[in-house]
Amino acid sequence: MAVSTPAPVDLSAALMLDPASAVEWLVVLPVAWCLAVGALLVMLRRWSGLQPAIALASLTVLVLIDVALLDHVARNGPTTMVMGRWLPPFGIAFTVDLTGALFALVAALVALAAGIFSLADINDSGRRYGFYPLLMLLMAGVSGAFLTGDIFNLYVWFEVLLISSFGLLVLGSERGQIDGTVKYGFLNLVATTLFLVATGFLYAVFGTLNMADIARKADDLRVNAPLMTLVGLYVLAFGMKAAAFPLNFWLPASYHTPRVVVSALFAGLLTKVGIYALIRVTVMLFPIEREELSFVLALVGALTMMVGVLGALAQTDFRRILGYLVVSGIGSMLAGIAIGGPGGIGGAIFYALHSMLVMTGLYFASGIAMRLGADSSIATLAGLYRKHAGFAALTLMLCFAVSGLPPFSGFWPKVMLVKAAIDIGAWWLAAALLLVGFFTMIATGRLFLLAYWRDSAIPQAADGPARLSAAALGPLAALTLLALALGLYPEPLLAMIQSAAAGLAEPSAYLNSVFPAGGPQ
Amino acid sequence: METWFSLLVTFFFTVAIYLLLSKSIIRVLLGVAILGNAVNLLIFTGGRLTRDVPPVIAEGADVLSGPAANALPQALILTAIVISFSFFAFLLVLAWRAYEDLATDNTDEMRVAEPVNEPAPPLGY
Repeated sequence: MAVSTPAPVDLSAALMLDPASAVEWLVVLPVAWCLAVGALLVMLRRWSGLQPAIALASLTVLVLIDVALLDHVARNGPTTMVMGRWLPPFGIAFTVDLTGALFALVAALVALAAGIFSLADINDSGRRYGFYPLLMLLMAGVSGAFLTGDIFNLYVWFEVLLISSFGLLVLGSERGQIDGTVKYGFLNLVATTLFLVATGFLYAVFGTLNMADIARKADDLRVNAPLMTLVGLYVLAFGMKAAAFPLNFWLPASYHTPRVVVSALFAGLLTKVGIYALIRVTVMLFPIEREELSFVLALVGALTMMVGVLGALAQTDFRRILGYLVVSGIGSMLAGIAIGGPGGIGGAIFYALHSMLVMTGLYFASGIAMRLGADSSIATLAGLYRKHAGFAALTLMLCFAVSGLPPFSGFWPKVMLVKAAIDIGAWWLAAALLLVGFFTMIATGRLFLLAYWRDSAIPQAADGPARLSAAALGPLAALTLLALALGLYPEPLLAMIQSAAAGLAEPSAYLNSVFPAGGPQ
Repeated sequence: METWFSLLVTFFFTVAIYLLLSKSIIRVLLGVAILGNAVNLLIFTGGRLTRDVPPVIAEGADVLSGPAANALPQALILTAIVISFSFFAFLLVLAWRAYEDLATDNTDEMRVAEPVNEPAPPLGY
């Protein structure tokens, strides 16, 4: 439909005319790759023997892509790609900064570990139900949420990962799973709908959905627009996604019901997407409103960690204990967001990355323990140490890591958060953080004492040493060693996290990447 | 115009929240369906309402000649409709399976995953 026009239109006012560089493609590649492989696996659903091989190979590629992306962002700063070559804010922008790239890389590592563990956990019927396509689509949603620079697009990726998580959660269709999915499904749907409500209001106020554009315009609109209400709605929506008290009840109700590898994946990824979105919106887009809300956030954080760890102390089921520990960790991250500043935000990011690795590892351990002991209740589970000493040692290391003891990865974020809390004079928050670490040690210590060290009440022939497949033990060992390595030598990651937190607090590099200086304003 | 629409949106939200707070899962489902529509109307109203001026560029021209209806909220709503419809379909099937397998549609009685009288964890070692 070429209509001849009297005067040639200046396309450069709305479109980028030069082709996208290879680096720009890298920004969307994690999402495009996962979607493409997911679609391929749906087509190959009858070849269930082929699916794990394809999924594992492509998850490895995803890790490599994310490494390349992180390397690029660490060297050159935030990078933007706009869909359809429209100039921002017209097109949907994908903008990756250090925070997003770090989260995406750790998420890919967790997914790869879960992919390997699934070889020992997902049987042929699970494959035919579509475990691997759903895993890839979940990763598309998670990567998209970490990399996008458009707030409505963030909502879309939330929904992509949510619908995949529904499929993974009911995989197997046991009664407990259906019960858990009902609660998980309805409450998460309400949470994402609240997110959409907030986004609708945001569009009504700002007339834009591009995050860089919002950050740019917030200062001018602050006088007249009800930005506090807006941020309050976002905090409510993301807090619900992240399982913050008092909106945390869906998590311990559902995370112990699905296949172990699914629980592990969810514990590693889903709540942290909520935390990431909360950091992005409160720290980068609306810093002044975050300051206003910081007392509420701190209170919610302290209550979340307390309720989480007390819940863990009250449970007997191995996986339900872990579910409450996930909630407790979310509290620490919220405390970091409430404290703010480089220490608080850096601590929250570090804690989130640590929690992704360690909680996934602990869920793997719960799966192996349930297999070895044929039971999931710590009242009856016993004698695991006698069955496999190496496995017991790995679990103990993860228990130390989740409690925040050195030399594991949980130690450093806890130090950062406590120091940041004391620096701003929030002694009660520092005390809560330390107390929760102590209670977590009691909860995990009791778990270890009862399930691992205690001898079985009735000695059985099967109590001797047991063998574990490499597919089960390998990912657990890899995640544990990663937690140990980050605890022993946190320097490179710490430096990256500090510059990520600085980039969120002072997003001029982010804005520059979306709206290059000298371009149209 | 926007005022009347925001009152309508309020009404939708009221009904949706009332239904979502119910114990019966079918009523919760109806609440979810209405909630989705409430949000769609909200986005539509948030994009400001302009009647009778479709955002269509006249033949031979390159730009719109004057103010026109905002097309973006409609794109957003279209996305949201598709998503909320697929979620509603999933939850409908899930509710039916829950009714079949758990033999109840009362959320208070859905205690398979979290049994009511679970024993406390061992106190000693």
